[in-house]
Amino acid sequence: MDGPFLIAIGLIASGDPALTEIIALSLKVTLTAVSIGCLVGLPLGAGLALARFPGRGVIVVAFNALMGLPPVVAGLLVYLMLSRSGPLGDLALLFTPTAMVIAQTILILPIVISLTRSVVEDLWAEYREQLRSLGAGRLRSVPTLLWDGRVSLVTGILAGFGRASAEVGAVLIVGGNIAGHTRTMTTAITLETSRGSLGLAVALGIILLLITLSLNAAAWGLAQSARGRLG
Amino acid sequence: MVATIFPLRITKACVKRRGVQLIGPVDLDLGENGLTIVMGPNGSGKTSLLRLMHGLERPATGTVHWATPDTDARMHQAYVFQTPTMMRRSVTDCIAYALTVMGVSRADARRGAQDYAKRVGLGHVLDRPAMVLSGGEKQKLALARALIRQPQILFLDEPCANLDGRATRDIETILNEVRAQGTRIVMATHDIGQAQRLADDVLFMLNGVVHEQGAAVPFFATPQTAEAKAFLGGQIVE
Repeated sequence: MDGPFLIAIGLIASGDPALTEIIALSLKVTLTAVSIGCLVGLPLGAGLALARFPGRGVIVVAFNALMGLPPVVAGLLVYLMLSRSGPLGDLALLFTPTAMVIAQTILILPIVISLTRSVVEDLWAEYREQLRSLGAGRLRSVPTLLWDGRVSLVTGILAGFGRASAEVGAVLIVGGNIAGHTRTMTTAITLETSRGSLGLAVALGIILLLITLSLNAAAWGLAQSARGRLG
Repeated sequence: MVATIFPLRITKACVKRRGVQLIGPVDLDLGENGLTIVMGPNGSGKTSLLRLMHGLERPATGTVHWATPDTDARMHQAYVFQTPTMMRRSVTDCIAYALTVMGVSRADARRGAQDYAKRVGLGHVLDRPAMVLSGGEKQKLALARALIRQPQILFLDEPCANLDGRATRDIETILNEVRAQGTRIVMATHDIGQAQRLADDVLFMLNGVVHEQGAAVPFFATPQTAEAKAFLGGQIVE
């Protein structure tokens, strides 16, 4: 196994252009999906925590269940929507980075929504009377609860990032793994391994692990610092 | 000139939760001066009465009327809970929130918050997380958060429960200052000593109704009902 590892280290050390391109696209797709997931998921999760309406329980259970949505199923759904005969076929998004962002967003959203709902619901139980007394209605309470729950919410967002950056099925189906266009770290690892070109696969694996480790370390550090500052 | 929200007029009001009557029927008029102590044994309805006045409970029957419309009246009230909620923020930001929620800019709110924190004796912990304060400090924070809104009426629900003598004295000193500045105070307590030190008048609650009410001095000297007499004598009243 010395061979692939040495090649991998060589590729990383030399800043191999193909490797750099794949990493950049992967990060771009996943960070865009996480950003959209947060923009939509945080207010939606908070709204679900505070709102009371018939069928709310069904929606809560559905989002909880969707946290385990198999990536290939998500990919298939997006494929069916974006394929030429699909309802959004005219947009010609299939096999583009945009399609990959859509698929990853679908995977991330239930995680962000469900964890936000859980965090905000707990905080709302604690804050509710005080906020009512101060004249903050439910709508005004949403940003307050999101802000005060920020340390816990970062964990949920990171879980979403981890799921998106590590998945291969959805981006493979809707992206097509086209070199220089839609090839991400995970799809490249799959391809290079099947080809027996383990050097690039191991290099990408190392980078993927390092990114995940760095992000989790940053989140842990942030949480520790926030606990120190906020009690 | 801010219009007065007084008098508060409660007429035949009952509070129910899940079909169970907590208090009522209550008839009560509240003027704009003084410090009213709501006394009574546990479960007599002290907290429910305060919540009814403040609008945290809606009357199942009867009415609660302030002199101004409800939304305006609520703006001029503040409530200190028995167990105050500490937001995940610094002491300054926790107090400032009471103003930012009313539309005051964050910078102005923080400046005001620091003034009020110092006023209640929290000047040394302005940047400390509210969550890590001691019990007495948390109550002082809750008091500052209530007072910064410059309420016409301040409700306090057992603010000194679980506090030691020194912290209790600090809170009472602040309350006396606030009363002297013209803020109406309604406070629930089962501490007879504290009631005697602070009260201008007393509402004695028993089994969800106002059992006896009147000026503090005659109430403590010559209670009119056997139950109030027994309660003040330290007996268990049910």
